[in-house]
This record gives sequence, C-alpha cells and structure tokens, in this order.
Amino acid sequence: MKPGRKFALAGLAVALVAGAAVQLNGKPASAPVTVNELSAIAQPRPAAELPAGDSSLPLVVSDSGPEEALTRIFAEIENNRLGNALQLTENLLRQHPNYRLAHLIRGDLLLARAQPIQTFGALSNAPADKVADLRAEAVARLTAYREKPPADFVPRYLLQMQPDQRFAIVVDTRRSRLYLYENDIKNGGQPRFVADYYVTQGKLGAEKLVEGDKKTPVGVYHVTANLPRQKLADLYGSGAFPLNYPNEWDKRQGRNGSGIWLHGTPSDTFSRPPRASDGCVVLTNQDLDVVAKNLQVGLTPVIISNSVEWLSLDDWAKERSELNKAIDAWRADWESRDSERYLAHYSTRFKSGDQGYTEFSAQKRQVNASKEWIKLKIDNLSVLRNPGKEEVVVVTFDQDYRSNNLNNQMKKRQYWLREDGQWKIIYEGSA
Amino acid sequence: MTSISLLQPRFKQLKTLRALAIGLAIGFAAPAFADNLPEVQRLIKQGQYPQALDKVDAYLSSRPKDAQGRFLKGLIYTEMNKPAEAIGVFTKLSEDYPELPEPYNNLAVLYAQQKQYDKARTALEMAIRTHPSYAIAYENLGDVYAKLASQAYDKALQLDNANSATQNKLALIRDLITTSGKGNVKPPPAPVAAAAPVAPAAPSTLPATVAAKPIAPSATIVAATPGAASTSAASTPASKSAAVTAAPVSAAAPAPAPTQAKASAGDDDVVKAISAWADAWSRKDMKAYLGAYARDFDTPKGASRKAWEQEREQRIAGKGGKISVSFDTPTISINGDKATAKFRQHYKATGLSSSTTKTLVFVRNGGKWLIKEENAR
Repeated sequence: MKPGRKFALAGLAVALVAGAAVQLNGKPASAPVTVNELSAIAQPRPAAELPAGDSSLPLVVSDSGPEEALTRIFAEIENNRLGNALQLTENLLRQHPNYRLAHLIRGDLLLARAQPIQTFGALSNAPADKVADLRAEAVARLTAYREKPPADFVPRYLLQMQPDQRFAIVVDTRRSRLYLYENDIKNGGQPRFVADYYVTQGKLGAEKLVEGDKKTPVGVYHVTANLPRQKLADLYGSGAFPLNYPNEWDKRQGRNGSGIWLHGTPSDTFSRPPRASDGCVVLTNQDLDVVAKNLQVGLTPVIISNSVEWLSLDDWAKERSELNKAIDAWRADWESRDSERYLAHYSTRFKSGDQGYTEFSAQKRQVNASKEWIKLKIDNLSVLRNPGKEEVVVVTFDQDYRSNNLNNQMKKRQYWLREDGQWKIIYEGSA
Repeated sequence: MTSISLLQPRFKQLKTLRALAIGLAIGFAAPAFADNLPEVQRLIKQGQYPQALDKVDAYLSSRPKDAQGRFLKGLIYTEMNKPAEAIGVFTKLSEDYPELPEPYNNLAVLYAQQKQYDKARTALEMAIRTHPSYAIAYENLGDVYAKLASQAYDKALQLDNANSATQNKLALIRDLITTSGKGNVKPPPAPVAAAAPVAPAAPSTLPATVAAKPIAPSATIVAATPGAASTSAASTPASKSAAVTAAPVSAAAPAPAPTQAKASAGDDDVVKAISAWADAWSRKDMKAYLGAYARDFDTPKGASRKAWEQEREQRIAGKGGKISVSFDTPTISINGDKATAKFRQHYKATGLSSSTTKTLVFVRNGGKWLIKEENAR
C-alpha cells in the first residue's frame, strides 16, 4: 500500500506545475508580447543566479521571497525525496513561522508518512476554499519564479518617467506580481528591472468599478501618502501607501470607491492568498519594507494592469519618441497661436470639468486671438501608458506659460487617446 | 440515532489498555522476569499501584540498575497518571540502555499524551534507530506524524483546534521484550515505506489502498506479541503494515465493551445538562438557566449577549404563573468536546403550552457541558 503514497505526492507537484502552465496557455493573447511568448523568452533561471555585477545600480533583490525555497521543495517532492522536502519546508517555517502555505505542505508531507495521500491539502474535511487559496498562492509564486520578466523587454506603460521619479511600480494582477523598476537616467531613462514580489489583490479580482465591489482598480496611479505602522490597524501590517484612486480618468469613466492602498499583512500572517483584499494591493511585510524605501510620496507611479504588456527596447523607444513628438507638436502649435492647428490636437470628445470640446475650443480661440506672443516650456515630462484595450496615455509635466499679458506656471496632467491613428488630448487639467 | 465519538478521558483509556496488557504480558513474559516481578505485575493488574510501586522499589533497592524493574516502575507511574515521573524513569532508562527501543516508545506515548508531538517524534525515531524493524514504533510514529500533520493543517488553514482534541491512539509498550530475546522485532528488511524509494504504483490502485488502511481501534494497545510479529510478519516487507495492524487488532478485541460503557456515561452527562437546564427554566432560576449557556453562546439573530439575557429574563422570570419544561428522551451525538442533542421539548405556561423539536449543541468546558447553540423547529 505504501508505493501509492509517493506516487500521489509526486503527482501533486506535477499537477501544480502543469496547472500553472495550462492557466498561462489559456490566457488570451494580448498586444505586443503575449504571456506565452514571455515565458518562451524568459530563460529558466538557475536557482543561484547572481545579479549582473557590472552596474552601479542597486542589486537585484527579487529572490528574497520564499519562491526559491518553494521551488526546491516541489522539486524534491517530484523526485520522491520527501525527507528532504520536509526538511526544506521546516527550514522555511523557521524563517517565516506564520507561513500558511508552508504549514500546509508540511502537513501533507507528514501525513504522507502516516497514510497515503492523494492531493494537495490532504486533510480530510479541509475547508476547500482555504486549500484552493493556498494552492493558488503556490501556483502564482512558482510560476513567477520560473518566468521572470525578460531582460531586454520593459513594461509598455513606463514610456517616460520624469527625472526625479526614481522608481516605478507595475502590478500584474493575473500573475499576482508587483514589479519594481528603476528610472535608469544614465541609460536615457530606460526602465530597469530591480525586483518583483508576490502580491494579493481584491477578492473579486481587478477592474474596480464601484465602491465595495472588492476589486482592485486598473490604471495609472501614484502613492499619495506614507502611513506609518503606528497609525495603522494590524490588518495593514508594516505600513500603507494610499493611491490616488479614483483618478481623473476613473471619474470620467464613472468609477468610484476609495481607500485603495498598497500595504502589508497582519502580524499573524506571513502571506495572504492571491485574492483576498477589498481592492488593495497587499505585500508581505518584509517585501513592503523593501519596496517602501523606494517610494516617493506624490511621485512614484503605481501602474496596475490585468496583464502586463511587454515591449522590446526598440519598440519601447519608438512608442516613446512618437508620443514625445505629438506632445512637442502640441506645444509648438500652441505657441504658434494658430487656433486650428492647436485645437487639432484635441479630441472632439474632450472634456475637462464641466467644459466640453465646444466651450473649450471657443474659449481657446478667443484667448489666442488676444495674444501677441506665447512661449510654452515643458519640464519634468512623464508619459505613462494606461493599461487596457483603449490606447490612453497619461502625460504629466510642469508647464511654464508666458505671453504678452499673462504668465502661468502649473503642473498639468493630460490624457491622450489614440483616435484613428492620431494621438489626441481627451482630458487636461492641473495635477 | 446516537453516535459517540472516540474521545475519552485518558485514565479511562489507560484502564482499558491495562486490562488487555496484563493478560498478555503474564502469558508469555513470566519466564523472563526475576522472582518477584510477576508479583508486581499482578498488583498492576489489580490496579493496586501504590503496592506495586512499593514492591518494585523494594526489588530495585537491591538491583538499582535492573532494566525490567525500572521499566515496570515507569509503567506504574504511567498508570497512576504521573506523567512527569514516568517520563523521568523512561528517560533515565533510555540513557542507561540506549539500545532498548521500548523506553523510547513509551516516552513518545507520554509526550504525545501531552501533545508534545515533536518530542514524541524524536523519541520514536530513536526507538527505530535502535531497532530498525521495531514495528510498534513505526505504527506509533505514523500516528505522531498524523498528529503533527494535523497541527500543521490547523496553522495552514486557520482551523479551530477541534482536530487536536482527538485522542491519542499510540500504543504503550507493556513489557521489555527486546531484553528477553524475543519481541516483536522483525528481521531488517522491513523499513517503513517512507524511507524506501518505491516504484510508483498505478494510480488505479490508490482508492483501494485508502480503503485498506485499517481504522485503528480507539484504544490501540500493542502489548508485545512476539509470536505474531517475529514469525508471520518477518518474511515480506510488503506485509509490514498488515503485520503491525494484526497485533493491535487481536489484542484490542475486547476493547469495544469498555468503550461502549464509557460512551453512555458521556451521554448521561449531556442528559444531565439538559435536565439541569430544563429544571432551571421551570424554577425560573435565571442564574442557573443562563449559566447553562456557554460564554460564546450563539445568540439568536446575533443579538448581544446582554440583550439576549435581558430578553430571556423578561420571558422567564418576568412571567406570571408557573412554567414547566420537560423533554422526551434525547438523541445525542458526541464528537470530541462537542455534543448535539435533539429532543422533543414540552413547554407549559399560563395560557401557552407547546411542543417543539429542539436541538441543543453543547461544548464541554472543564468537564461541564454548556449550550453553544439552540435551535427550535
């Protein structure tokens, strides 16, 4: 009767890994690079791969999580070395005593010594939802560990960061992953991968629409505050960073709700299931502490996406320069005081506050007519693409407007939408 | 329908064990013992532990190193429910005779009773190291692994501790068999399956495998059964588990009777609790009535405890005239520290009399059954 036990456990690891693969393959292919291609591009990483040492930038620290240990544990299980697997699991638990997934694996490995087991979470009458949660976490972590973002691809969203934005965060909700990118100024502001972390999202997934829908919003945000642990309930763990959800675009789309934060885990919990929050993005406390060091309040972009799209550096540079050109054309056409050329940059669906395109264009025509000259300077430009089907880009900059009768400095935010192949402004306002 | 769980107080269980053990031990072990050890065994059998302890101490005074005598002394302490002393004896014995598996095994049983499963695991692994084919230790180790697994699942899945309340079924060794040259020590090729790489079985065999796993009797005593283990089990490693389970099954055959007796005793306690509750209600004794409910009683519609108590006070103490509450024979099922009682309740008060089917869910708290849930239909 005993051989069956081993077989069953080995099957568990296979099932976990196979399940992950199936899930990936089942994903709809999305623009530039599909996830399938991504996993093909990503080389399987040797366990002890060291970060490239030829850079003065911070070292890659993404392997600090339990992913490597879990990968080794499942490899041991697959190879029928259950004793080793148990030992590795117990080591992991010494490191993270509140790690429920590790407790479950330990339970399985111990139970396998007492009786044949046939499944992950083999306790009879185990609450199925909790086992499913832990299984989902295992799949998310193992998959992410095997499929790191490819080195010469960057998230499409990070087209341009302003010089003082040192880091940006990109979240992939389908993969339960948060990617930390550095603004590599020396390399022309290329996003440079620093680390990635497992995250928890809303119980009911992403694409938040309304208050209380237990979903995580998708869009371009930034952190608006840093709430220290002492001011927080235990639920939020070692810190919290509120996001500016709903942003201008969300409001325009009729989305509402509030209190979407980036935060840690309660003290009795090392890691939460992939879908467990009320919409917040949740990291383990140790990961939050590391990420927090790189967050600049009011500045660091946090882009949440269903499924990150990746661009080769060539394509990325092309898209960036195309938008830079469009923005500069808008600037130059405004300076030209030629209202038709200037207004050609605006979508007829343009709206800002109560003002629609008609009112806006009438007002601009009137103002431009009264000008003898206009000088417009743009500084600290950031261009961040909004995730989703619609081609929307969030453009933020310091605008220095000078004219014969009025000078004005402001921080401006515009949403550009590609309409019939042309980038058009669909919203603008002060940021 | 009445179903009774396996949970019993430990001393009851041990009594069952002892009754079984002595018969077997006397049967085959007598020749191995020095002169007055059989007398000690007889006293143990009669439950005369202090006398047995005196005798064994007298015996040991002239032979302080004697392993058999010290082993029995550990056993007596165990029977007297003095686990600390018993652990002391068996620990010393295992230090002086590290080659004997039995003291390790019994240490493990004692640790397991105290829910110190990690220590139990270590002790059993020691027993197996000394005798790599020690069947009882394997069986016990399997149980300890299951316990540890259960604790791990509790932590993984945030379960309440209902699981860990289930009783130990670890087998205490009643006799030092290995010193007598017999014992249920099998020839080497019987390693536990977990330690040996085995060719994967066809998946189709799995369900059968599970079904074949015997459900251990509540009081698994493995009194040493040298005949069974050393001869029949020896030949094929594959028959290991069958051999191991054969011993407890045969030894435990008389066990069901005491289990049943105990079961109805548990029943009685619940019936008493229902009576006390109904009486307090009838007497309008609010203190006793409310005292029948657990601190974490699930109040109807989630009302606050205070609001609920006030409401009951109004309905009972605040009511004019007499109240009489009685009930028909309840159907009770006990599962660990939880009991569910279903019965017909007859309520009579001025202007109202009713009969309803009521379900009370009790939890045991310090030997007292308290009402956790109350449902009427």
